[in-house]
Amino acid sequence: MLRVITAVIARDLRLALRRRADIAAALFFFVIVVSLFPLGVGPEPERLREIAPGVLWVAALLAAQLSLPRLFADDFRDGALEQLALTPPPLELVALGKIVAHWLVSGLPLALLAPLLGLQFGLSGEALAMLAAALFIGTPALSGIGAIGAALTLGVRGGGVLVSLLILPLYTPVLIFGAGAVEATVAGIGAQAHLSLLAALTLAGVFFAPWPVAAALRIALE
Amino acid sequence: MNWYRFASPQAFYPLAGRMIPWFWALAAIFGIAGLVVGFLVAPGDARQGEGYRIIFLHVPASWMSMFIYLVMAFWAGLGLIFNFRLSHMMARALAPTGAMFAFLSLWTGSLWGKPMWGTWWAWDARLTSELILLFLYVGFIALQAAIDDPRRADRAGAILALVGVVNIPIIYFSVKWWNTLHQGSSVNLAKSSMAATMLCGMLLCALACWMYAIAVSLARARRIMIEREKDTLWVREEVMKEAKGGM
Repeated sequence: MLRVITAVIARDLRLALRRRADIAAALFFFVIVVSLFPLGVGPEPERLREIAPGVLWVAALLAAQLSLPRLFADDFRDGALEQLALTPPPLELVALGKIVAHWLVSGLPLALLAPLLGLQFGLSGEALAMLAAALFIGTPALSGIGAIGAALTLGVRGGGVLVSLLILPLYTPVLIFGAGAVEATVAGIGAQAHLSLLAALTLAGVFFAPWPVAAALRIALE
Repeated sequence: MNWYRFASPQAFYPLAGRMIPWFWALAAIFGIAGLVVGFLVAPGDARQGEGYRIIFLHVPASWMSMFIYLVMAFWAGLGLIFNFRLSHMMARALAPTGAMFAFLSLWTGSLWGKPMWGTWWAWDARLTSELILLFLYVGFIALQAAIDDPRRADRAGAILALVGVVNIPIIYFSVKWWNTLHQGSSVNLAKSSMAATMLCGMLLCALACWMYAIAVSLARARRIMIEREKDTLWVREEVMKEAKGGM
């Protein structure tokens, strides 16, 4: 079972590394969106510090869902997905592997990059560490829930916009607790509760997502 | 009586056609009764004066918006498991009505909020989750509209509806912990804080909305059936019958 998952992860990572530009594009999207906010709301450090957790998290949400349409599309187009569906291991395991691989190339880099951008917003060291931790814990849920949307819109016209329409409302709990954790740290109260809920969302999201993803993929492949 | 017979659009189409006028009539009766009780019988509220009377539309619309999502997910799940064509059609027919009620609930809530809270909109837990519910309806409708193959559209929509129904409580509680200002629920089963006549008017209006929702979604389901099965013999016969004026 684990072999199937690791094989899928290794394959997807290899494919992603051969197209580094895609990963970099999503990361730069994140950087640009975050940088636009000070231009929009003004450079007062006080205000920037206040909006930083929310802005960084919303930008992370958008960046994470930007790469979703490609999650299954390439494999769908060249027939690899069909072959994967025909192999003996259940499609759910393949889906889980793809979710993990998607997180490794989209969520993880966001978590690593975010403290740097947080610095521009004048967050304290403690808040920066919390931002990275919250993104680290929360982004797997984004990949899990997002994979459902990606699978449902596979091969559908207007897929990119549709994914945002389907997925962003479902992302709200992750956003609330993720940004909440950072805000709680800024305010000086513990972020323990937020992090626990975030971890719960991630565990539930990654655990349950493979079933609807596999079901949606089977529908798309019919 | 074999209930499965009505799982086929061919048998259900005429039955729905006969049921719709009854539901319209019930909707009108309950609606008039509810409005009479609401506007003429029920007393003004001690704190909110006459302005509270929008409750007779606001609360039923909110209830319906949530309830219809559950019904929609129920039909979608049934369709996914048993592959009934009709249940998918019902799910699809319910979505626009549910979205309409969600929008109506937000709209009336905003009209109510202005005099009571002094603001059209507040990022309060229930408003926000109602807004997200509206987004979920829009996502469902958009997904079904984007897929041309009706069978695939049905089943993809069904998965989305089920994922949404699992997420609704999570969204509701996360938004609730995030912020709350909305007045507590006025109605609960154990003890109601409302006058009996107000409650009665509200329940009558809720029944009216319910009957309206059934009538409208049945009518919409009938159109979907005709559209999808337009190449079959029974549709031709039904259309000919209607063209002659006999139902």
